[in-house]
Amino acid sequence: MTLTSKKREELAGWIFIAPQALGFLAFVVAPLAAVVWYSFQDVNLLAGTSTFAGADNYAKLFDDPTAPKVARATAIFCVGLVVLNLALALSLALLLNLKLRGTTVFRTVFFSPVVVTLVAWTIVWNFLLQDNGGINALLQAIGVDGPNWLRGNGTAMLSVIVVQVLKNVGLNMVLFLAALQGIPTSIMEASQLDGAGPWRRFRSVILPMISPTTLLTAIITVAGALQVFAQIQVLTLGGPADSTNVLVFYFYQQAFANHDLGYGAALAVVLFLVILVLTLLQWRMRRRWVFHES
Amino acid sequence: MSRRAKIACYAVMVVLAVPFVFPTWWMITASLLPANEVLAYPPKLFPNQPQWENYKAAFTDFPLAQQYFNSLYIAVLVTLGTMFFSSLAGYAFARIRFRGEKVFGLILIGLMVPSEVTIIPLFRVVDDLGLTNTHWPLIVVPIFGAPSVLATFVMRQFFITIPGELEEAGRLDGLSRFGLYRRVAMPIAKPALAAVAIFTFLNTWNFFLEPLVYLTDKSMFTLPVALTQYVDVYGGHLWNVQLAAATTTVVPVLIVFIIAQRQFVEGLAQSGLKG
Repeated sequence: MTLTSKKREELAGWIFIAPQALGFLAFVVAPLAAVVWYSFQDVNLLAGTSTFAGADNYAKLFDDPTAPKVARATAIFCVGLVVLNLALALSLALLLNLKLRGTTVFRTVFFSPVVVTLVAWTIVWNFLLQDNGGINALLQAIGVDGPNWLRGNGTAMLSVIVVQVLKNVGLNMVLFLAALQGIPTSIMEASQLDGAGPWRRFRSVILPMISPTTLLTAIITVAGALQVFAQIQVLTLGGPADSTNVLVFYFYQQAFANHDLGYGAALAVVLFLVILVLTLLQWRMRRRWVFHES
Repeated sequence: MSRRAKIACYAVMVVLAVPFVFPTWWMITASLLPANEVLAYPPKLFPNQPQWENYKAAFTDFPLAQQYFNSLYIAVLVTLGTMFFSSLAGYAFARIRFRGEKVFGLILIGLMVPSEVTIIPLFRVVDDLGLTNTHWPLIVVPIFGAPSVLATFVMRQFFITIPGELEEAGRLDGLSRFGLYRRVAMPIAKPALAAVAIFTFLNTWNFFLEPLVYLTDKSMFTLPVALTQYVDVYGGHLWNVQLAAATTTVVPVLIVFIIAQRQFVEGLAQSGLKG
């Protein structure tokens, strides 16, 4: 009992956060600094040497003929995924919010892929999307000759996006649903008394009221879209012609298949910067379109 | 709402439900078909004679039982570890007035650092320590590293809502800080802990890049990487056996989800929303 209560509080606080804080230093801060350092090195794994390479690895980004394709695939994937995911999630949430009988069953159904093992989900779709797979068999049954989804130039990207949207849209759906249920009924009734039709109510009442959730889901979904890896590895291996070679997949190839750790590190730094910039950008823009900042 | 509008809404929901249910259905069906019928036309939507041998092959021709155990024990350890350490830190950030509170804002950077960004240096260290092809990096890094930051955040957001009087009463009973955490805060934190447990378990269960980078032996693999290995010696796809293995990883989690779906859905929705 030599410590004053204030000092004891101070000590308790530090002890409580110590495991996390030290882990954060060891597994986030240090590797983050190290990856930046690596990105300025030329690492030769066989010789076990590492020499300073200046900005060579970053210069390589501009010489590498694959890099623009990777940028393009990453952009298409992100935009496609985010737009489709948020639009579908909100539509499903609006449907469920009508509170028809049996809605819980549908909520469970739409949410269920979220708990399905990611790789298992991807493997089933790989199976279904084969040229002679289930999807084309169903199309054939109605007289349509389906494409070779995962090997075709536009269809591969489309397939990867749709498979990923179906996997995770349930998560955003329940976030939207919770937001919709949080809208006070008095506001909805007032707008009805004012003679607002369903579309007008959606645009002028519902969308502004749920905008904080839209911001949150957008940030989560953008960051998630940039990290897609297992799906590409199982479905397309980045093909055809690099059309689905997204940043994380290319990073893995360079760092761990080609063992070019320096270039891999530069790609990792780019990934981090892209996520950082996009997150901050969305956060800054919230004042423009997010209603009732609290 | 009119009757006709209601029927239209149901029809839309049923049609939309197809791509969500059908893949899992077909996974189970195809896992019970003989190899020559898996890609046959017209597709079999129901197996006439279920081929349970596919499941036997998945376990005997591949170390699936071992891999299953690996995934399960890693996910359980990471989940328990995360629940403990994140709730401790979250509690301190929410309830204790100390100078370390400022650290919280800094830690949130971890939310923006995906594992891909840090894996090269981590791999080098793990390799230098001779810990590649062990489960250590798969257990220790997530409990203390970036994946635990979201858990800490969710716990803090919950602990902040506890009324001060509750802790005052505990203090009068002579409880220490750890006592207050253990006897007052934790017992009422079940919803937040459940949300943390669910998303940590699912996240760890799905780890793919990390085991791919750190592990080399098939017997050390976790399920997501193991599932991609179902090819014969010529590299041909063993669809039915692979889908049988995939089914064994999906069905248990799905059953838990259906039983506890309210906790799943609402827990995850709340943990997301409180941000």
